[in-house]
Amino acid sequence: MPTNKVNVPNYRFIGKNYTTPDMVAKVTGKSKYAEDFRAEGMLFCKLLLSPMPHARVKRIDASKALALPGVKGILTADELPPPAAFITDDGVMIPPDPRAERGLTNEPLYQGEPILAVAAVDEETAAAAIELIEIDFERLPFAVDPLVTLSPGGPNTRNEGNVWVVPPPAPPKPGERPAGPLLPDVKEFKWTDAEYAEYKQGKLPVSKPSMEWSYGDIDAGFKKADLVMDETFVTPNTSDQTLETRTAMAYWQNGKLFVHCSTQSTAQTVPAIARWMSMDTTNVVVISEYTGGGFGSKVTSGIILTVPALLSKKVNAPVMLRISREEEHFLGRARPGLHGRMKAGFTKDGRIVALDMFVVCDGGPYGPQGDANASGRIVSLCYTPENMRWRGINVITNTPPRGPQSQPGGAQGVMIMEPLLSNAARKLGLDQVAIRRINAPSGKAGIGPAIKGKRDHVTSAFVPEALDKGAELFRWNERKNQTKKSGTKARGIGVAVSAYSAGSIGFDGLFVIKPDGKIYVQTGIGNLGTEAMIDCQRVVAEVLGVPWERLEITWGSTAKHLPWSCPSGGSQTIHAMTRAAHAVSMDAKLKLQEIAAMDLGGKPEDYEVGGERVYRKGGGAGMSLAQAAQRAIKLGGKYDGHELPPEIAKMTKASATALAGQGLLAVAKDKYKRDGISNSYVAGFAEVEVDLETGTYRITDYVGVADVGTVIHPRAFGGQMFGRTSLGWGHALAQKWVYDQHYGAPLAKRFYQNRPPTILDVPVSNFKWAAVDIPDPETPVGARGIGEPPVGAGASAVLNALADALGEQIYRRAPVTADIILMALETGKPGDEPLTAHI
Amino acid sequence: MAEMKNPEETTKTLSRRDLIKGVIAAGAVSSAGYLFRASGVRAQQPSAAGSVERLVTITVNGQQRRVDVMKQETLATTLRYKLGLTGTKLGCDRAECGACTVLIDDVPHYSCSVLTQSVRARKVVSIEGLASADGKLHPMQQGVVEEQGFQCAFCMSGFIMSAVGFLKVNPKPTRTELAHGISGNLCRCQDYDKILTALLKGAENMRRA
Repeated sequence: MPTNKVNVPNYRFIGKNYTTPDMVAKVTGKSKYAEDFRAEGMLFCKLLLSPMPHARVKRIDASKALALPGVKGILTADELPPPAAFITDDGVMIPPDPRAERGLTNEPLYQGEPILAVAAVDEETAAAAIELIEIDFERLPFAVDPLVTLSPGGPNTRNEGNVWVVPPPAPPKPGERPAGPLLPDVKEFKWTDAEYAEYKQGKLPVSKPSMEWSYGDIDAGFKKADLVMDETFVTPNTSDQTLETRTAMAYWQNGKLFVHCSTQSTAQTVPAIARWMSMDTTNVVVISEYTGGGFGSKVTSGIILTVPALLSKKVNAPVMLRISREEEHFLGRARPGLHGRMKAGFTKDGRIVALDMFVVCDGGPYGPQGDANASGRIVSLCYTPENMRWRGINVITNTPPRGPQSQPGGAQGVMIMEPLLSNAARKLGLDQVAIRRINAPSGKAGIGPAIKGKRDHVTSAFVPEALDKGAELFRWNERKNQTKKSGTKARGIGVAVSAYSAGSIGFDGLFVIKPDGKIYVQTGIGNLGTEAMIDCQRVVAEVLGVPWERLEITWGSTAKHLPWSCPSGGSQTIHAMTRAAHAVSMDAKLKLQEIAAMDLGGKPEDYEVGGERVYRKGGGAGMSLAQAAQRAIKLGGKYDGHELPPEIAKMTKASATALAGQGLLAVAKDKYKRDGISNSYVAGFAEVEVDLETGTYRITDYVGVADVGTVIHPRAFGGQMFGRTSLGWGHALAQKWVYDQHYGAPLAKRFYQNRPPTILDVPVSNFKWAAVDIPDPETPVGARGIGEPPVGAGASAVLNALADALGEQIYRRAPVTADIILMALETGKPGDEPLTAHI
Repeated sequence: MAEMKNPEETTKTLSRRDLIKGVIAAGAVSSAGYLFRASGVRAQQPSAAGSVERLVTITVNGQQRRVDVMKQETLATTLRYKLGLTGTKLGCDRAECGACTVLIDDVPHYSCSVLTQSVRARKVVSIEGLASADGKLHPMQQGVVEEQGFQCAFCMSGFIMSAVGFLKVNPKPTRTELAHGISGNLCRCQDYDKILTALLKGAENMRRA
């Protein structure tokens, strides 16, 4: 029963399908991605990658390479700018981090880490030159499995230790800004012999954590429990594997650096590059018109783009670095696998009264990763345990760097919790939907730890409604009693609940109404294809009541005067940038009303904006947007952008200044209040059919119901629902890394080895999505993002359906492949290896 | 059920010759697949007797194009780097993802795994060759626009070319048949549901055109 239901207004554009203005360029092949640009005199460069998982470069002899005709220059780690302190636009100081990842290194921390780069007239010559370079390495200890480095006497993965420890931030002195984050430190963590003995028995030892938090009193909670469960689950490391690799091309003009790259944020890649290059943001131009997938791995593009940027400066020519598919495996980021041990106490009716969660994060060499902590926060929100403790270890491994991947940490948390929840329901004789409903977040549900006795809460949650709608669409009650086995086939159904962050605040909107009567909208959002970049601008047309076709949207190059926009990661965009679009539209509306009142008499509030006009309420005098734009130019000051509000970001201010005098300039920062943290939710329902003779299985149908507030663009929304769900299915079905632990060498580097789902692996004809359609009460148009929660729901609903078909004793990790199922069916025990990483 | 063609059977309606030609070309992947620009300094040796002619003529999007190619150069490289046709994408360069799919004599091929030397005297069509000269979209492209198919669209050219090729042998496929027909193409946004809807709309448009 939603108490804070918002009435859905009768929108003209919001919630309606339309064609985005970038479609024709895409279907005709005219859309240009980073690799499609050419510059006069452009050189190519190639990388030399470390053949060892951990080593120190002792000597480099590049003389033969440099003597090769066509070779123009070499770049080594010694020539990179040293890590420097960086002050964000908000005034937060990020201290220089000597352990942070750089473009090249003299101490490779994983096999495949770039050591140097060579620029040449063509790629063939650059590759030939790389082959002529002689390097002496000193081998260093390594581990690719987080549990190997935690074992007593196990090798350390960095010279100083194997675990990230983040010191708590210093409390701000009175009257001073809070200091920025402190640098993470590296410490050595090893298990005791008793803990190692537990590991040898296939159990994840709950050892000394590097982080922990809690709320409530878990001991008291466990005392109340009628059933206590204790289970371990291991999630896979999965590469983001965007179809476009992180290729970049760079050149310099008049001291300015121009970078063509692939990024999830046009605006925010500027300060990132400035930080990596130790230069001023005003001298960086980012061009990224189309991005070939991000999924979290290109939030501000990738640090490897500093290689062509620095080489270009050194050899004084444009330089293109094409990243091959295999190189992308090393540089392209991946979701860190989590080993999770979960102890949960339930009452007879299925309510979780105590939850003790412990995770080991396989974090790669650069970190620490946020996934570990996020897994706990999302579990605390998604299943609302009355009392909870979360502990984790951020382990350093000699494997490629991790980064966010759709629902980072949340997906792993859901995957660790869901099998336990399903098993608890079976033990308690409860329906699977019912046990999730009794634990589902509703209203301003709590999230994360209690700090000084108080927990954060979300803006809104309508998960019981999502479960009810999904159960109805899936016909859960009818199907739960279906026969499971029939001949050589077994069927099972599963349900899972998932949540994740879905919106930030405080960004800027910027547009100009020009004397041609059109609205020229500027946006710094990245163009990833979710269409959020364009969908957010529907709000401008909606608020001002102008036909959609009267909007011209400019994006893709920071030379084109773009405002400060959120990065399209963590599903912030639809929430953050509809707010900014709303704020800037209200600014335009007010300016139009003021201009009308000035010229036509009366007060601004006597005027209405709509139909490409500003006119007196109830009929009477008015003027067109075109006329108002002309008046704005004459008036100057705030009307045409010569006076700007003080609170807008530095980048927005520069862009607005450049656009001033062209018409009515509207610019505003989103200052709307928000009570709570914005999260979105999905309830997923799946059926699987298993072939008992081969162990293979397929998803026969799926229903996903989203609690995301207002849906802005249904077709794009449906694409995200299917796409992110399918990413989750991949985690259940096949996707993983495989390593040779002895040599620290990756064996699965390509699509056909990592196995992301193809069109034949997913139910393309039996997928339904729906939304609960209750606007979020804490944001102007009620919209939250959708890019994250479908992942965990997709993965776990399938895994739960498998357990429903075959029983609990099948798997203890994901993905669950045919060999695991066959082994389990034959032996009656789980068919997988319990704890070894990358197997 | 009687309506549904077995997708494996559909492929048999391609001539065996076409299929074999495709397989041979795909098998001839050069180890220098992602290296390019024959004009590079190292490649400028005089042609030895019996070596392959470097200056070749290929028909691309209805036009005869004279182009200087290395013997190990792939068609994707030629299209993208010699002829400026960057709508053909390289997603893997090893015949795994299909982003580089083009039509060669109406049959979809992974252009990353076809040697340019092997397509002399054959008709190559890339994504840029679908729309008519006056800019009118091909009915398949129109279908994708109408249904807002694809997300990041890096895979889009390949999928569209695969679909157009498949529809030449099965103009009225079921949803399942078309899914099989384009299953050699990978979409990492995993927008398969909307892609299939859009391509079916394109198929419908093509039948009407």
